[in-house]
Amino acid sequence: MRLAHVFRDAYIATGLAIIIVFVVLALLADVIAPYSPVESVGAPLRPPSPEHIMGTDNLGRDIFSRVVYGSRIVLAIVALSIALSGFVGTLVGLVSGYLGGLLDRVLSFVMDSIYAFPSLILAIALSVALGPSPVNAAVAIAVVYVPTYFRMIRGQVLSVKNEGFIEQARVLGLPPSRIVVRHILPHVSRTMMVVFSMNSADAILTEAALSFIGLTVQPPTPDWGFDLYKGRGFVLDGKWWLMAYPGLCITLLALGFALVSEGVSRITGARLR
Amino acid sequence: MGLLRYVAIRGTLIIPTILILYTLVFIVLRILPGNPVLAALGTKNIPEEQLKAIMAELGLDKPLYIQYFEYLANFLRGDMGMSMVVRGRPIASDIADKLPATLELTVWSILVSLVIGVGTGYLVAKRRSRYLEAFARVFGSVVFVVFIPALGLALQLVFSSYLKILPTGGRISSIEGFKPITGIYTLDALLELNPRAFVDALSHLVLPSITLGLVISGPYIRLALNNLEAVMSSKMVDAYRSRGIREPKVVRHAFKHVLIPIVTYTGLQFSLLMGGAVLTETTFNWPGIGTYLVDKVMYRDYTAIQAVILIFAFIVGLTSLIVDVVYALIDPRVRY
Repeated sequence: MRLAHVFRDAYIATGLAIIIVFVVLALLADVIAPYSPVESVGAPLRPPSPEHIMGTDNLGRDIFSRVVYGSRIVLAIVALSIALSGFVGTLVGLVSGYLGGLLDRVLSFVMDSIYAFPSLILAIALSVALGPSPVNAAVAIAVVYVPTYFRMIRGQVLSVKNEGFIEQARVLGLPPSRIVVRHILPHVSRTMMVVFSMNSADAILTEAALSFIGLTVQPPTPDWGFDLYKGRGFVLDGKWWLMAYPGLCITLLALGFALVSEGVSRITGARLR
Repeated sequence: MGLLRYVAIRGTLIIPTILILYTLVFIVLRILPGNPVLAALGTKNIPEEQLKAIMAELGLDKPLYIQYFEYLANFLRGDMGMSMVVRGRPIASDIADKLPATLELTVWSILVSLVIGVGTGYLVAKRRSRYLEAFARVFGSVVFVVFIPALGLALQLVFSSYLKILPTGGRISSIEGFKPITGIYTLDALLELNPRAFVDALSHLVLPSITLGLVISGPYIRLALNNLEAVMSSKMVDAYRSRGIREPKVVRHAFKHVLIPIVTYTGLQFSLLMGGAVLTETTFNWPGIGTYLVDKVMYRDYTAIQAVILIFAFIVGLTSLIVDVVYALIDPRVRY
């Protein structure tokens, strides 16, 4: 998987372009957003106009500004959760796969059970227990994706564990920690990339769902899922702009990650599930 | 006899899975939040005696390990405890009310997604157009990442708000002489030969089941297209063609082979389906256990949340059992 190779793939290029747009929105929100996202800056419930290109919500706040600032929460939660689950899942997968034995069997069984359970429902339960906050939502989402890393990494470890070069390292008397980190980890990094790209699209949708249920931010913090939830009451009066833009952003960002994932799995030839 | 034994063995194997999920749920909802009563009330300013009384009423005053076993034993007997928020309301009867609604929605959604997935595959097989296939693939990827509430609200906007041809939410209008038997209204209407109730229930189902069905149809489309590619380039198809069998008939025969993996995949769709059902129900005010769960989450009704999540755990176990058995029945390579 050479770098030049990666950017030539149409899926990855398109997906990355979408993601980069949102990352730029999040980083430069202060510059890009024309108004404050939390203050009333116009008449309520106005349709899109030159002053407010995405209209205003029921409190007269500029929806475009809320969408721009909202990208921060989504990206932060998803980045944190992916990093957490990748770290924990990979670590446990490496240890469990390398050591084997009873520990491995118990861990595999527990992970398989979590994996079989509907991920959104598990994330909801965890978020409720931890209390609603962006960090707790990230932890909840992370827990849900740990088994995916665990399963994939453990499988990879099992397949390289008995190769000659690992045996040689063992014969040389290298400590297990060194063997795992220096000799096995490089072999599973590609798998990590595949799982990573696959999970992120899903993580966006899970984050949006948690927000939709009110388990991430508190008002008036802008967040796509939560704004969609609050906007839904106005949809039947034909006030479509309250929900259309946050909804579109969620799907677009998830699509960006899904395209990258599609491209990565095409290049590496790895098929998950 | 062989099959019965297979079912029995598979059946026992799901017990540890359910136990692990139960333990997990117990840790998450009974131990993590500290005192669930205080968490539910959202305040620490209540008299000590009152708190103790509530805890005793809900059985939360006993040591944790006793609660762990007692809850499980009660649950298996169908007693899911009392709601923490709506005092004196048994959770089991709430869930019995809501479960048929969720069942009805999910079954119709699976039907919709099968029609979309299999239909797309069939169309691509028949036309054999590269553009159509590329379009179908993109469509499959896009529907997979659609955020359910956004799609649901968009459909409501068009069909309920502008066109006014479909109801916005709920399951049925009040219809004279219609008494639900099973709680699955479309089935009940058929059993009672009540066409008005059937049409009414169906009109309430259209938008939610299309929303959920469309979103879960993504994997079906992909699966159908991938299998199609493999089957259409197989020697079997070459053999059909070389015997001069006309193309439509070849497609018809080949398509049977495309269907088998799709049937087995339906079981794996389950996780996606249940998560999707929670969001779909909330969007359309569909009174199933998904909406119930979200309601309880908003009130931090821990006992009710615990019961709903355990119900899901049981459904997970049951579905995996059914999938195993169906798989054993249609795939001759599986021995039982």
